[in-house]
Parts: sequence; C-alpha cells; structure tokens
Amino acid sequence: MSIVLDKPDTAGGERGPELSSLGLTMYRFSAWLKSPRPYLMLIGFAIVLGFWYLAVEVLQLPRFESMPGLTEVFREWFSKDPIYGLSIYTPEYYTHIGISLRRIAYAFLLATVLGVPLGLFLGWSKTFREFVFPLFEVLRPIPILAWVPLAIIMFSGSESPVIFLTFLASFFATTLNTMLGVESIDESYSRAASCLGASRWQVFKHVVIPGAMPYIFTGLQISIGVAWFSLVAGEMVSGQFGLGYLINTSYMMIEYPKIIIGMITLGIVGFATSAMVRAAGDYMMQWRVRELALVD
Amino acid sequence: MKQGTFVSKLFSRATLRGIFAIALFIVIWEAGARSEQWFGFRMPFLGLVPPPTDVAVSWAGLLGDAGYWQSWYMSFLRVFGGFLAAMLIGIPLGLFMAVNKTFYGIYFPTFEIMRPIPPLAWVPASIIFWPTQELSIAFVTFLGAFYTIVINVLGGARSINKQFLQAAQSMGASQWDIFRRIVLPATLPSIVVGSAVGMGITWEVVVAAEMISGGGGSGGASGGLGFFIWSSYVGGSYEQIVVGMISIGIAGYFSSEILRQLGGLLTPWLKTR
Amino acid sequence: MSAEMNQDTIADVTKVDVTKAAVTKGAIKIDDVVKIYDPNGAAVMAVDHCSIDIPAGEICMIVGPSGCGKTTLLNAIAGFHDITSGSIHLDGELLCGPEKPQAEPGSDRIVVFQNGALFPWKTNLENVAFGPMMAGKLGKKEIYDKARAMMADAGLSGTENNYPGEVSSGLRRRVEIVRALMNDPKVLLFDEPYRALDSLTKSVMHEALLEIYYRNKVTIFFITHDLEEAIFLGHRLIIMSSRPCKPKKIVEVDIPHPRDYSVLTSQRFREIMGEAKGVVHEEAQKAFAAGEREG
Ligand SMILES: Nc1ncnc2c1ncn2[C@@H]1O[C@H](COP(=O)(O)OP(=O)(O)OP(=O)(O)O)[C@@H](O)[C@H]1O
Ligand SMILES: [Mg+2]
Repeated sequence: MSIVLDKPDTAGGERGPELSSLGLTMYRFSAWLKSPRPYLMLIGFAIVLGFWYLAVEVLQLPRFESMPGLTEVFREWFSKDPIYGLSIYTPEYYTHIGISLRRIAYAFLLATVLGVPLGLFLGWSKTFREFVFPLFEVLRPIPILAWVPLAIIMFSGSESPVIFLTFLASFFATTLNTMLGVESIDESYSRAASCLGASRWQVFKHVVIPGAMPYIFTGLQISIGVAWFSLVAGEMVSGQFGLGYLINTSYMMIEYPKIIIGMITLGIVGFATSAMVRAAGDYMMQWRVRELALVD
Repeated sequence: MKQGTFVSKLFSRATLRGIFAIALFIVIWEAGARSEQWFGFRMPFLGLVPPPTDVAVSWAGLLGDAGYWQSWYMSFLRVFGGFLAAMLIGIPLGLFMAVNKTFYGIYFPTFEIMRPIPPLAWVPASIIFWPTQELSIAFVTFLGAFYTIVINVLGGARSINKQFLQAAQSMGASQWDIFRRIVLPATLPSIVVGSAVGMGITWEVVVAAEMISGGGGSGGASGGLGFFIWSSYVGGSYEQIVVGMISIGIAGYFSSEILRQLGGLLTPWLKTR
Repeated sequence: MSAEMNQDTIADVTKVDVTKAAVTKGAIKIDDVVKIYDPNGAAVMAVDHCSIDIPAGEICMIVGPSGCGKTTLLNAIAGFHDITSGSIHLDGELLCGPEKPQAEPGSDRIVVFQNGALFPWKTNLENVAFGPMMAGKLGKKEIYDKARAMMADAGLSGTENNYPGEVSSGLRRRVEIVRALMNDPKVLLFDEPYRALDSLTKSVMHEALLEIYYRNKVTIFFITHDLEEAIFLGHRLIIMSSRPCKPKKIVEVDIPHPRDYSVLTSQRFREIMGEAKGVVHEEAQKAFAAGEREG
C-alpha cells in the first residue's frame, strides 16, 4: 500500500510465461471484489446520495429546499420527454458535450504540440533556458481567467477566445512539467550515452526524450485537468454552447436540474479524458508499466 | 548568504539574459500594439492590445485611487477566507483518511468522483444554495484549494517510511505520540506543497468567480480584482484590463511566496540540500 | 550460475594467455593532475598533483575514503569535466592537458556507474546494442546478432527483451558491462559498480567480471570502498589519501591470475589485507575528522 522504495528483484529469465494483461486485470478485479473496498465505496455513495435525497426532497431542510433534488435531476436526465428539454435522449445534450470536447481537443493538442518541444529545449539547453524561462515565470502567475477580456479583445468571434484560454492553461502545465522532466534525468544516463559514442543530438533523442517521458505524461495529466477548469470558466463568461455554457444558462433560465446534469456530465467527460491520457502514457511507456507491475 | 555571491548573482549572465528577454518582449509588445501608428498596418493579435507605455501611465494614475486598492483588499480577503477554510477542513480530513482505513474506503471513492468536476462548474449551484453572493464565492474558492490539499496530505501521509513508525513503536510511543511526532511532521512537506499549489488555484477561482458573479453582487470596488478587470473590459478601458492582470499576477505570486517561506520555516530539516 | 561451471570456464580460458603483458592498448598515464571545483568561489580541491601510471591490461583498484575525489579523477579520464592542471594520456595520445582541459568522452573509455546507468526505457538488448547503433557503422541486424551473442556469452540469454527494471540488480550490472564491451573499449572505468549489491551477489559478480576480463583483456580502472573486493580483483591497489586525493600507498597484489574464490582464504591474501588495512583506516579517520570539522 505504501510506496515501495526498493527496486524489484526478480531475475528476468525466471518470470515464466507472461501474465496476459487481461488475465491480470481479471485477477485484480476478483481480488478487489473479495476485499471490503467495493462495499465501503457503495456505503459512501449511499450516504451522499441519501443525504441529497433526504435533505432536499423529504425533509426539505432550509436552503436545501431550493436546490434541485436527486429524483428530479435523474428523472430529467433519463427522460424521453424532459421537462426542460435536456436529457440523454435529446440531441442538444450531445451538442454541448461535443462542442466542449472539440474545444478541449484543439487546445490540448496545440498545447502538447507546442509545449512538449519547448519544455524539452528549455530543459536541454541552458542558454535557451536562461533567455526564455524568466519570461515564462513572469507570465505564469497571472491566473488564466484573468486573460479572459484580453483574449476576447485579441481574438475575434466567440470560439477562439475560449480555445485560447484553454490552450494557455494547458500550455503552461505541459511546458513546465516537460522541463522539470528533463532536469530530473539522472546525469549518468546522458554521460553513459556520450561514453557509448552518442552525439549531442543522439543524446537528446535517446536519453532526454524518453527520460522526460514520465514527467511529460504527469504534465499532460495536469494539463487536461486545467484545460477543463479553464474551458468551463471560459464557456461561462463568453462563448456559445458547451457544458460550461449549459450550466450558466440553465442558472439564468432557472432550469436548475440542468445545472446538476451539466456538472455530473462534466465530471464524467473530464474523468474519461484524463483516463485516455493515462492510457496513452502507459502505452508509450511500457518499460514503466512493466516495472510497476512487479512492484504491485 | 554572502554579500559577494549575492551581487555576483544579481549581475550574472543568467540574470542579464532573463532581463534582456523580458525587455525584448516588452519592446515587441509596444511595437505590436502601436504597429498601426508606427508602421501603418495592424499586427495580428498584438495590434489590438493596449501598449505597455499606456498601461504604465494608466497604472500610475490608479495608484492613488482608493477603489483600486479596495479591489486588492477584497480579493485578498476572499482568497484568504477560502484558503483558510480549505486548510482547516482539508488537512484533518486528509490525515484522517490516511490513518483510518474504513473512513478512507467509504469516503475516498466519492471524493475521487467529485474531483473531476471543475470548481467553477459549482458557481451557479453555489449561488442558489448560499444566502449571499459572498458566501457562494467563498464556497467555490474553498472547493478549488480543498481537493489539492486533501490529495497532497493523503499522499504524503501514506508514503511515510514504515520504519519510522516501527522505530517509534519499539521505543514505546503511544498512538497519539506517533501521530503527533511522526505522521504530522512527516506529512508537513506535502502539506506545504499542497498549500502552495492550492493557493495558485484559489487565485484562479477567485478571479473567475468575481467575473462570473459580477463582483459579489454589489459590483464596484467591492468586486475585487477579477471584477476590476471585467468592468474595465465592459467600460472599454483596455489599459486597465492589463493593469488588473498584472496586479493579480503580483498578488498571486506574493501569496505563494509567503506560503513557501512559511513552509520553509516549518520544515527546516529539508534545507540540508 | 553454479560455482563449478564458473571454474570450468575460467580454467578453459586460462589456456589462453591471461597475463597483462599480452595487452597492447589501454595504457593510462595520469600526470600531475589537479582538479579544483569552483575555483572562483568555494575552491574545493578534489585532486592534488596526482600521478598514476597504469599499464595496458592492468586491473587497477582505487581505494580511498568517502568524498576524497576518486570519482572526480574517473570523470576527468572519461571526459565528463575538465582538469585544472596536469595531463592524462591514453596510449600516448593526449586526452586532456594544458591546452585541452577537458577530454572528449568516447567509446574507447566506458564508464560503469555507481548506481547503474542502463537506460530503463530500452530493453536489455537495445541497451547492449546502443553503442554500435550510435556509431552507425554496422547494420541493425548485424549489431543485434552480435549483442545477442555477447549476452549469451555472459549468461544473459533469456533476458534480452526484458527491461532493466524487470531483472535483478546483479543481472543489470552484468548487462551494463556487456553493453560497455560491445564497443571494444580500451579501458573500462568502474565507479563502485557493486556498492549496492549484497555480498553473495557481489562474489558471483566478481568471478563473472574476472571471466569477462580474461576473455576481453581491457585495462580496468576500478573504484571501490571494499578492500576485499580490491585485493581479490586487482593487480594493484592504489590507496588514496583523504581529500584532496593523491596516491598514498601502492600495494602490488602478487597473487597470480586467474583467481577464484579460494584466493580469499589464502595466506598471501591475508597478508596483503593486513598491509592495506592500516593505511586505509588511517585515511578514513582523517577524512572523518575533516568532515566533522566542516559540519
Ligand atoms: N561539482 C562539484 N562542485 C563542487 N564540489 C564538488 C563537485 N563534485 C564533487 N565535489 C566535491 O569534491 C570532493 C570529491 O568528490 P568525489 O565525488 O570525487 O569523491 P569520491 O571519492 O568519489 O567520494 P565517494 O566515495 O563518496 O563516491 C567532495 O568533497 C565533493 O563534495
Ligand atoms: Mg564517488
């Protein structure tokens, strides 16, 4: 349970036939079912949902009574004929999700494509870092949301300001973590490579990039989180469509259950996207997955 | 630190390069913003932004303005309130989750499910629930820092070297002693890190909440720096937008720096390189 | 790997010549080298007018107190940093000297690091093939075939497609040595490679290293804290003074190669041990006292 500090000590030849990843997953799942964890988890959910139901709809506690109730929200969400016009059966619901996702995709991909190389060079070349990093550090403390009006002024339309904000948040996280990743690489790796005859460029390709990879993916994980954070804010302040916009307009139109539907949807979509980033990281860093699997 | 090293650091190549880059940035910004005036065509993006000299003039004018400082004060108050609440609730909660397995099992999955919902998505619900705008901003601010602090405290407390605990047990320490003398100090570095990150998020959230909710309802100077930016935008005084951005940057930077210094004082053993 | 098998192999190889005289390349001449870190600031003198002559094919063991400057000397040979004055030659060619303070790192001198530096993101086979791949002179298939053969020779078959993180630390060290040998180096520079290993694994590693040495005959510059290891492996022991480091005493280990673990219990081994131990202990105490004053 606690972090294992020691390196695993298994002789490679003796590992026997590889556990298939499906087999491993099944094994873990059945172990999980036998542990008390799933049941405690259900208790936790029951407490929260039960409290929500009781406080709002049954006991009608002060302040809670004005909130949308549990059954009200779920009835709306799964209704074929929703009162406020939004449920899993209405195309409008998917339009909001799709537009938010599209904005995230543009911003996140752009931030990755620009931020990772920039971070790699910042970490790799001291000269480059000494010139560029201070500027970076001066701009970084300005909260992303403080850029909203300036973004609206600089970019015409309602779409590009929102994407710009989302991009900016991701970009800082990605670049910074990539740079830290390069700095974290043990010097002996690049020394070993140059001993073995690697040129500076080969060191970059074979040591710097793969060595920084774990940090890069930590950065991308953070990046996707702050992207959603900024996107929602951007969509609430300006912009058309999207889940943040849905939440904000539902508030204005006093269609309260839709607020909660929007929030839950955001949680699900946000979780799914960061799971995708993690899966991509695992795919690209087999060596880490296999190391960690031994530690488990 | 020795005097000599400080001075030589001040004029080191690295510092000069940094200053050069920032100066270059400001020059490009000025030229871009005045491109229409100077070169007869408008540079994309930068051509629409107020030039730094105008910003400086506008800022100088604001320095004597009580309303501007009132905005600072209001934002600081909100950040401080939300942050303090997040610390007071988040730290004990994180520690308790680390020591009590049952509580961890019950609460952590719920916590993890709520976490991906961005704090700002809570703004409308929060406004509906809380009787005043001020309280709803405070709640969203609290939420922003809360998740980060809990995660860091929990992670820190769970990664304590087991041998520390065994050593203490073998010396006859009671459960409470172990908690107070080992778990707490061993978690302190993570608490400091979590707080510093949480502080950054708090500023993000306060600015956004001030913009979205129109400055706590009452508007005007009690709206805080976020509202200051927004009303400058609505009022068309673009220089003030940039003044507001820089002000928030400075405020956020110093809040984190103070926190980091305090953290350094609390964890003196980390200083030995 | 069983002990008998090991001895068989060693006995086999001895039929070939194992004396260091047979080796013609890899002589290192360290001449009056000084290294001062941060000369304008704290000015830490790590190496002080140090001269060592290592004939080609020798296993030269460097022993000295913690922090005395052994790694600094090794890094200077490898070309990881410059020297303040003096010169280092390899086979008569200047590596670094007055006009050229820092040597070029190159595949004629390969370092095996204190904490190991196999790239965790490459499989063992890719690691072993790394040097020739970088040189780009041979085709990929050729290189991989050679790498497989070398790994098989070192008893590493079956671990080619594992990542270093998946195999034991002893195995990792062996892969690292094979990776170095793939480049046909003149000199192997070892910086306490077995420090983190337990003593049982260590003894296996020692015999494996000697076996590899008998086959490849390179010059070995080997830093260690472990006197037993030093005497067991080395032709010569160079005991360094506490910081700044320079040779304090040179001990010839006149136990004939090939050696195996029976050497450890021999009379001569104990005599040499006794001779070296006193000097090492004295220097360690000096270093310790100096360290206490600084702290
Ligand atoms: N980059 C550096 N700048 C300043 N001082 C350094 C630097 N690297 C090493 N030193 C100092 O030089 C001295 C010698 O260091 P070195 O690493 O060569 O010792 P060592 O003999 O290898 O020690 P150990 O046995 O612990 O590995 C030490 O006191 C160390 O603090
Ligand atoms: Mg060393």
